[in-house]
Amino acid sequence: MKVLRFILQKEFRQIFRDKTILAMMLVVPVMQLIILPLAANFEVKNINVAYIDHDHSSYSRKLENKIASSGYFKIVSSAFSYKEGLEMIEYGTADLVLEIPPGFEKNLVREGSQKVNLSVDAINGTKASLGGSYLVSVLADFNSNLDINIKLPNGSTAAPAAKISVASANWYNPRAEYKYYMVPGILVLLLTIIGGFITALNIVREKEIGTIEQINVTPIQKWQFILGKLIPFWIVGMIVFTVGLTVMYLVYGIFPKGSLLVLYLFAAVYLVALLGLGLLISTFANTQLQAMFIAFFFMMIFMLMSGFFTSTDSMPGWARTLSNCTPVTHFIKVVRLIVLKGSGFADIKTELGYLAIFAVALNSFAIWNYRKTT
Amino acid sequence: MEKAIICKNLTKQFGDFKAVDSVSFDVAQGEIFGFLGANGAGKTTAMRILCGLSYPTSGEATVAGFDVYKQQEKIKRNIGYMSQKFSLYDNLTILENIEFYGGVYGVSGAEIKTRSNELISTLGLEKEAKKLVGELPLGWKQKLAFSVAIFHRPKIVFLDEPTGGVDPVTRRQFWDMIYEAAANGITVFVTTHYMDEAEYCNRISVMVDGRVEALDTPANLKNRFNTNTMDDVFYQLARGAKRSGD
Repeated sequence: MKVLRFILQKEFRQIFRDKTILAMMLVVPVMQLIILPLAANFEVKNINVAYIDHDHSSYSRKLENKIASSGYFKIVSSAFSYKEGLEMIEYGTADLVLEIPPGFEKNLVREGSQKVNLSVDAINGTKASLGGSYLVSVLADFNSNLDINIKLPNGSTAAPAAKISVASANWYNPRAEYKYYMVPGILVLLLTIIGGFITALNIVREKEIGTIEQINVTPIQKWQFILGKLIPFWIVGMIVFTVGLTVMYLVYGIFPKGSLLVLYLFAAVYLVALLGLGLLISTFANTQLQAMFIAFFFMMIFMLMSGFFTSTDSMPGWARTLSNCTPVTHFIKVVRLIVLKGSGFADIKTELGYLAIFAVALNSFAIWNYRKTT
Repeated sequence: MEKAIICKNLTKQFGDFKAVDSVSFDVAQGEIFGFLGANGAGKTTAMRILCGLSYPTSGEATVAGFDVYKQQEKIKRNIGYMSQKFSLYDNLTILENIEFYGGVYGVSGAEIKTRSNELISTLGLEKEAKKLVGELPLGWKQKLAFSVAIFHRPKIVFLDEPTGGVDPVTRRQFWDMIYEAAANGITVFVTTHYMDEAEYCNRISVMVDGRVEALDTPANLKNRFNTNTMDDVFYQLARGAKRSGD
């Protein structure tokens, strides 16, 4: 135990002496938490619509007003022809072209139906599909409110058809604000970087400068060396996590609905798992460059598969299975559940089991693969 | 006299390549043993086996009485090691480096304090004691690295090209330190490419292509090869080498 104390003392001295790393550990969480939720926003707003009105009737003007006032669209111009509208898409000034044919009002009143033409720029897939469906729902709404539907054409007194109106409510995130979804995820991202990257780089650095050889020739035991590396970064990770939680509260006013204790318990186990991954990477890599690439590879897959950006429920079956094989997925899920929904320990103990398995498996593999002697 | 190191037919093979080819020699306790050879001759591989960093493929060896196959951890407690790469931590101070390496060898806290004060004053580094090691000139670093390698009073110290890139005056001082360590009963096992340093050793061995081609005192070797300089001895032995480079 005394030996471990000397190792820990040395590691802490080195960590606290490296001002760049120290600053990064504090600045990175704050910056990421402040910037990312604002930028990484999947809500589609400011969709530019080229509205081509060939009818110039009161109905077509009403529709234009309705679209403009929905809050999602900006009528960028009233082009005169469909060709002009398409040109605007080509120049990137418009995302959608909605063409109202001549006789729009007349046909609506006389025949009760009229087709309109909607063209969407699908380069930005999300914007296109969301924008398109928003516009369709605006049209549907417009349609259902038309006088023509209410005054039945034959003048009969039959009761108007019953309408089902759906009032939806967003639970746990009442205003469906994207930041509530993103911010807890970013907390996970932070711990992932500390655990996976920094540990791996730190150990491989010792390989590069040759001090690891000196360590290997001392009587330091394998477990002492590994604990000596894991404990300091575990503590650093928990500090960063706390900084992150504080920023989350101060900047976004989000305070975990569930128990802080449970949240910290998960963070603690998760960090052990990720530190194991970092350690494992360091046993394979011989240079910091190699370690960076391997770590980066795993981080990218983990983050993309984790449900951080996109819901895992909409992934194909194989991807969902793969996604369950990364520790990040489980922690992201749990953090969201605890922070937003207020889930307690009983609700998420399965996830804790998953994380514990990752922690044990990754660390065992790393320890097994770490060699003092070749 | 008791033997500090005994090797019998020690071999290390990487695939078809015999880095160390059936090497046998003894090193007496308290001896300064020079381990010479051209680049790629297998010196470092042999030394790594003796330090418990690498397993031999076949043959036998004991270091400080412990077996290199089964008792590596015991060997590590009883040796000091200084590699050709500088191996102190640049971002720790002199005192912190001493404390760390002393601590991991199980030297007690109080003992670390007394010994490091002694060491600092012997090296004349009082003013630099709290400076980062990275700021020291190379010669000082190497002297410090040697002092740290013998800080826990090992039975044997392994020095792998300890004076590479060091100026002649510092090299001389370095060898004074080696002599002092030997006088205190520490066996010194040293590799070098400087033939003047080879002359300072009690006995030297010259490795060529993984084998020990000659082993004797410097004077006897010069007689045997009928020359006045160790340079010449080395040249005559090493020019037959088929392997070159690292």
